[in-house]
Amino acid sequence: MTYIGIIITFVFINNIILNQFLGLCPFIGVSRNVESAVGMGFAVTFVMSLASLTTWMIHNVVLIPLGIEFLQTITFILVIAGLVQLVEMVIQKISPPLYKALGIYLPLITTNCAVLGIALIAVRNEYGAIESFVAGFAAGVGFLLAILLMSTLREKLDTEWVPKYLRGTPIAFITGGLMALAFMAFDVALLRNLIG
Amino acid sequence: MLTILFAILIVGALGAVFGIGLAFASKVLAVQKDSRVAELEGILPGLNCGACGYAGCAAYAEAIANESEQTLTLCSPGGPTVVEKIGSVMGVEVESPTKRMVTQVHCRGGRDVSTYEFEYSGIQDCNALHLLYGGDKVCKQSCLQLGSCIRVCPVDAIGYDAEGKVRVDKDVCISCGKCIEVCPTSVMKWVPYDADVIVACNNTDPPKVVRKHCKVGCIGCSICAKRSPEGGFEITNFLSTIDYDKNGPRDAAVEKCPPKCIIPASGDLQIGGAEVQSSESNSKVETKAVAVEDRPEREVDEKSQTDIRNE
Repeated sequence: MTYIGIIITFVFINNIILNQFLGLCPFIGVSRNVESAVGMGFAVTFVMSLASLTTWMIHNVVLIPLGIEFLQTITFILVIAGLVQLVEMVIQKISPPLYKALGIYLPLITTNCAVLGIALIAVRNEYGAIESFVAGFAAGVGFLLAILLMSTLREKLDTEWVPKYLRGTPIAFITGGLMALAFMAFDVALLRNLIG
Repeated sequence: MLTILFAILIVGALGAVFGIGLAFASKVLAVQKDSRVAELEGILPGLNCGACGYAGCAAYAEAIANESEQTLTLCSPGGPTVVEKIGSVMGVEVESPTKRMVTQVHCRGGRDVSTYEFEYSGIQDCNALHLLYGGDKVCKQSCLQLGSCIRVCPVDAIGYDAEGKVRVDKDVCISCGKCIEVCPTSVMKWVPYDADVIVACNNTDPPKVVRKHCKVGCIGCSICAKRSPEGGFEITNFLSTIDYDKNGPRDAAVEKCPPKCIIPASGDLQIGGAEVQSSESNSKVETKAVAVEDRPEREVDEKSQTDIRNE
């Protein structure tokens, strides 16, 4: 039940983009068309799941025993950046098709604040290993959901008449803001009603 | 003290482990890349102007190398030399693009010669001004002179001349077409590099209207076509245009044009643009800031404003 709760929380209620406002640069930058948005979404999901698991390990195996939890942020950045680089190389070697789909987005998310954010949130909520992994995965799915919705909206916006000074990024930010308002409908109350 | 030592050691150790790990991984997992990509990247100008339709020079180089892009002549800034080199790398004979085209502003309107409808003091950007009734001059097909093209030009080929009119230095222009894209009134047009003169007007209104509101606007009198019959002048919609395929002399037309709107095709930039940049070693940002400040003051043309109120 906890896992379902975590998933609903991070996909809808605490959506990493529309509620926490983390990872806005890929959200705006890569949402121009659905294809690249989906690629980015899957890459983020992939990295977030791995990163939150790895950072949990670093936190519990290295930082806590030595009593240096205050180094969370800097070690997490180090771990995530190293991990993403490694994953990129492995994918490039093992599976060129997957590299083609995800590869160009991976360097973009090495130091993405959303990835770091979910690792820190998982630690702050004192999640266990599996819970951290699920939280990372769910946040990634939430990111995928948000960027997919955004890209479909932006593809439609491309054909609409938009005043010239709002074309491109400005109207994307306005759209994103309205989406965030809509996502406020997902409240903790929803979770309580669903699973008591 | 111990904590600090731990902190330094742990972060250092983690960094070292990851560094060494990645170094090993890059050796073990190295993938053979196409060496032609790097070679092509070296050949392309590296301006990342996007004239080829790709995100940058690197993207175009990659597209050529993996043969998803068959057209090797898309790099307009590079010109024939770059095309030739690309061809030699790819082992293909490539025909150079036919003609080098540059852009030029087809308007000489301004405070001194044109009638203004209102005084604009909003955002100093042509597209912002264009939203307001299509510009502050009576002539809606004129250069708005706020320099959106100057800011968008990747090589600083555009600037203000001595009279404060926007001009393109054709020797610096790399034909990327960004200024044409950004210009809301379409006064920025393609001209062949070897063109001697242009008709610096974009207005298609009847001569009566043009004469009233602009001293340098083309009135479609067709004197140019009569004086220089071989010059390729064609008058459509009261506006003279030049067919550059005809190479006859155009001096007589230049001389006899009543509003004197047939002018040399390349401009001498006074403010902004590449000349300033090469003479002073200013950074790009500073040069552009100067360009905005030094622009001739827009004095309120009281007379023209009262004219309009009376109308």
